[in-house]
Amino acid sequence: MVQRLVFRNLFHRPVRTGLTVLAVAVEVMMIVLMVGVSEGLLRESMRRTRGVGADILIRPEISSAAIGGADISGKLPDLLKERFPQITHAIGATLHTSGNLLTVTGVNWDELDAMSGGIVLFEGRAYEEPFEAVVDEVFARQEELSIGSTVELLNREFQVVGVSETGKMSRVFIPLETMADLQGWQDRYSQVYLKLADGSDTRAIIGELRSIMPDRNVVSVEDFLATFATSVRQMSSQFVNIIISIAVLIGFIVVMLAMYTAILERTREIGILKAIGASKGFIGSIVVRETLIVCVVGIVVGYGLSVLGQRAVAFTYPLVPVLLLPDWMVGAALLTLLGSVAGASYPAWKAASADPCDILSYE
Amino acid sequence: MPDNPIIEVSDLTKVYLLGSVKVPALRGVSFEAEAGEFVAVLGPSGSGKSTLFHILGGMLAPTAGSVRIADLDLAQLTDAERTDLRKTTIGFVFQRFNLLPTLSAEENIRIAQHIAGVMDEENAHLERVIRILGIAHRLRHKPYALSGGEQQRVAIARAIANKPRILLADEPTGNLDTENSLAVLDTLKELNAQLGQTVLMITHNPDAAAYCTNRILRMKDGRIV
Repeated sequence: MVQRLVFRNLFHRPVRTGLTVLAVAVEVMMIVLMVGVSEGLLRESMRRTRGVGADILIRPEISSAAIGGADISGKLPDLLKERFPQITHAIGATLHTSGNLLTVTGVNWDELDAMSGGIVLFEGRAYEEPFEAVVDEVFARQEELSIGSTVELLNREFQVVGVSETGKMSRVFIPLETMADLQGWQDRYSQVYLKLADGSDTRAIIGELRSIMPDRNVVSVEDFLATFATSVRQMSSQFVNIIISIAVLIGFIVVMLAMYTAILERTREIGILKAIGASKGFIGSIVVRETLIVCVVGIVVGYGLSVLGQRAVAFTYPLVPVLLLPDWMVGAALLTLLGSVAGASYPAWKAASADPCDILSYE
Repeated sequence: MPDNPIIEVSDLTKVYLLGSVKVPALRGVSFEAEAGEFVAVLGPSGSGKSTLFHILGGMLAPTAGSVRIADLDLAQLTDAERTDLRKTTIGFVFQRFNLLPTLSAEENIRIAQHIAGVMDEENAHLERVIRILGIAHRLRHKPYALSGGEQQRVAIARAIANKPRILLADEPTGNLDTENSLAVLDTLKELNAQLGQTVLMITHNPDAAAYCTNRILRMKDGRIV
């Protein structure tokens, strides 16, 4: 019977109920998508690094790779291969990050292809001439590139000659020598990747490498990714937390206003219920139940909006991957529930405390 | 030893404060009502009838004096206990019917049972009440689809659904035409006769009071005269 009353109350004002559901849904979507973008970008970056197929990464001690730079000797890969028979592949790459945060990678395509176990080219071929480029399918989709298109990289026009699978080192590849010529990085690398033979003792080799290159940052790819993930999550957590807090606050305010308006509108009904013996708990529970129903529906709609949002972002900005993380979908639901129940608590208390005599005196 | 009166009001005073102005609504009202009695409180507007109604229903505290309902001193009861009293011992009928607009007639009645924790097996009583009131065919309708008389009969059914010992009716015919007024008064009389509930009806209409009660308390300026 109480559930029926609660549902009837909600359906009595469908626009208000609908708007409240929408506000809760947007709150859920904001949380899910914000975390999804943050984690999606991180995991995509990690996937590309893993996709190289290397076991060890050598970088400058204070890496300038992230902002563009190359100070590792170009002879290092061959020297290391000679000294460590466990190293099956050793390749160097130069990285340049442009103003729009696009990282262009200069690498020997054949060497990368061999180390990574083969990079699928969906269209075209690998670069052969200096101003040819290979882009991954996601970048090609975002920039609407196809074979023969030109793309401006490092202030020069490059012709797209190949569209590769995504998840292998970078989104945009150019010849190593071209990058060196344009940037003045002859015979130098931003970082060096080493692939070891199966069964090699990675830790021991890293130890030896560190002893002979104390001024280099030598780490296993998995350690690098773990450190990278931790540092990126730390950097992004504050921003993400601020957005989540704003979303929860908006949900709190909307629910509080909606329920407050509802109980103001239903003052008479509350008085009637109290006159026929409804306790404070009963009255308060009606407000809380209405809130919970709105909230649960809002969460479900929010999940739907998140899926739509994910697709919209994938369509509009293919370079921005959005992950719908189950644990954060649950987290968003719990945060929304908590915020909404907190928002409903004042209206519930006000309704429960209403004086039936005051209400019914206006006969 | 005879039973105590079910309603005992002694030297009841109520003064409202409007800013710094004291407005007396009740000035030493005393009366008793026996179980099963049908009493009318008759008086013009402003005579204190509604204030008396709210105090008897435990919804308003008096300034002075005492009220005993079914041997319980209202002044000694907590808010929760007064709520329980309204749930089990006192039923209300209001001038404006006061049905919940989002519920059907039947749901308006059943919500009162639900609040009182009345189980389904006790519905034989409710069926009898519905039969006496003649509203069986209108139970699925929402209040807006009912006539004033039908709404008031649903409100009466809600008021007595939990077999309260006392039925307080505040101007139950105040919003009704003559025909519906008579039907409601007949219903109250019949319920009083058949179910033995004590009915205290507040009205400004001497004809309504005379039509159905065997005792009329006349009020004027906050006093019983």
